Amino acid sequence: MNHATRAAKFIGDADRTTWHDETLWFVRTKRDKAVYAVPEFQDLRELASQIKNHTLSKLDFYLEQFEEQAKRNGVHVHWAADADEHNAIILDIIRQHNATRIVKSKSMLTEECHLNPHLIANGIEVVDTDLGERIIQLRDEAPSHLVLPAIHLKKEDVGETFFQHLGTAKGEVDPQVLTEAARQHLRARFLAAEVAISGVNFAVAETGGIVICTNEGNADLGVNLAHVHIGAMGIEKLIPRLSDLSVFTRLLARSATGQPVTTYTSHYTKPADGKEMHIVIVDNGRTKQLGRPDFRASLKCIRCGACMNTCPVYRRSGGHSYDATVPGPIGSILSPNIDMKKHSSLPFASTLCGSCSDVCPVKIDIHTQLYKWRQVLAEANEIPASKKWSMKLMGRFLTSPRALGIGGKLARHGIKFLPYSLTHARHFNVWAVARELPEPPKQSFHEWYQQQEVK
Amino acid sequence: MKVALFVPCYVDQFYPQVGIASLQLLEKLGVKAEFPAAQTCCGQPLANSGCERDALPIYRHYVDTFAAYDYVVAPSGSCVYHVRKHFDKLEQTPDVQQVRTSAYDLIDFIYNVLGVKEIPGSFPHRVGLHLSCHGQRGLHQANESEMTPVRDGQLRQLLGSLDGIELTHLDRNDECCGFGGTFCVSEAAISARMGQDRVADHLRNGTSVLTGGDMSCLMHLEGIVRRGKLPMRVMHAAEILNGTIS
Repeated sequence: MNHATRAAKFIGDADRTTWHDETLWFVRTKRDKAVYAVPEFQDLRELASQIKNHTLSKLDFYLEQFEEQAKRNGVHVHWAADADEHNAIILDIIRQHNATRIVKSKSMLTEECHLNPHLIANGIEVVDTDLGERIIQLRDEAPSHLVLPAIHLKKEDVGETFFQHLGTAKGEVDPQVLTEAARQHLRARFLAAEVAISGVNFAVAETGGIVICTNEGNADLGVNLAHVHIGAMGIEKLIPRLSDLSVFTRLLARSATGQPVTTYTSHYTKPADGKEMHIVIVDNGRTKQLGRPDFRASLKCIRCGACMNTCPVYRRSGGHSYDATVPGPIGSILSPNIDMKKHSSLPFASTLCGSCSDVCPVKIDIHTQLYKWRQVLAEANEIPASKKWSMKLMGRFLTSPRALGIGGKLARHGIKFLPYSLTHARHFNVWAVARELPEPPKQSFHEWYQQQEVK
Repeated sequence: MKVALFVPCYVDQFYPQVGIASLQLLEKLGVKAEFPAAQTCCGQPLANSGCERDALPIYRHYVDTFAAYDYVVAPSGSCVYHVRKHFDKLEQTPDVQQVRTSAYDLIDFIYNVLGVKEIPGSFPHRVGLHLSCHGQRGLHQANESEMTPVRDGQLRQLLGSLDGIELTHLDRNDECCGFGGTFCVSEAAISARMGQDRVADHLRNGTSVLTGGDMSCLMHLEGIVRRGKLPMRVMHAAEILNGTIS
């Protein structure tokens, strides 16, 4: 199944599509207001982009610097080449402590590595503690957005889920009541957890510390209550200096939700007395992407989700239509790197309008990369054969003004003289499902111009 | 100043009046543009589908056709953007470099090269402006809502200078219409829905004439307007400007 098929399914529910589009557009407008209020916002984007470019160009150096500093702080540092190693390392740490109850705060990396199923298969209870993440975990769904993982659900859906899993009243849809139920439910898990797993927003090479940005404070609650903290990070999370951090914290929340800053920006540098802190540094395809000059800049991403909120396709097709850990425009340039065949339709799930590149706080040229992935996919024969051959044919046609003239005339006469039911048959002509064909003019511009010359 | 008119393939076949209006408008502004008959297409439909390699002969044909001109003007920002940005795939000979810098969207040419910022004439209608993404974000012909709340741009200024015109204030000033080249058929459901939403914004805010600088967006939107039998005319901006100026 490709993106178009899954998108058509989502869009089949017109009212829900309207609601989804308007909800995310509301987030985009909040972002706009926050951005307009900072006169130097475009300079900040440029600065952030340069810091990330610089870091990626010396990633080996900064990774080793980070490791050295973190170790000096008493942190255990692990290296994972891929998802399997990442999962094995984390399971190993958990087992060393004979732990069975784990709390996790949102980490797209553990999602990407499918950590939860791995832990559950090994008899470990793992609870996602971000409200949105917990909702979709109860429903056994994947997140549909980077920072708003349950944005595809309405409060009625949440009410039904909590009725089934948390024992709230049937038909309860009051957000405050539902949130309170989740809070009570999660509080017990926090108190019982032996190990807390968190994601990492930024890893500071010069200090060896990690920074976690959340709005709910659940990462802090989990990490501070549990005996062991495991932070999982991709190699691209590095920034060189602590003084670079404020550039990103000013951009992140404004771009994501229109807040000036996330409610919590927590620094974890060393374990508290008697406790343990681990950091797992993961590659899982990132060095491969780093080796692709056209797509390297995708690793600058700070996971704000602004490209999703602005994307007119994402807003109308829903996050699940991308069938990838990271949906939306940024996901469409990251995912083919991991599995080109599976994700071959994603770079085509865009009009190349360019809004994603314009909202990106670290100036990733997302729409240009979408265009470039299309070329890579076609060269690798990962586009439909019908498209490939029709384009080849069109190529022949469009180098000859004579062939174009004849073909165009045939098309115009076809539309004019063939019955409407045929030219607008939905099975042959998907254009005509919702749109009329242009009304064919008597002559082409070429023909008109020739006539003028004769006159 | 040697100026050529580039009439994109689909405009040539389906919207000759837009080519005619462009030619006449330029003439009224003092520019006699030639129309090289050998022209075909910029190759964008193929390249956007991933088949850039198959588009190379089309690129070369374009270069051969237009290299001798100081300016190549087209009533479509999208084609111009493609020539400027994606002809980097060709070896950068002087001819290729020439066509990449000489390509101009019609409105951009009028506004920046000819320096015309006002058009004398009257068009007493409620006009909704559809900004093409490639013209706006690609060629920077208008401010972007991602950057600033100020809604301004070349076409807005030119149209705004007409007597009696009233420009519609849209809820979403610069959302994509969903045409997207082959996207309009490969993702037909999303494409249509985006177009419907765009048209609804215009309808809700009182547009009676829907216009823009890029006929490809307008072809898609017109298809939706006509399907819905909506009380809205769709015209390329060249038709409006050419019609008002005497």
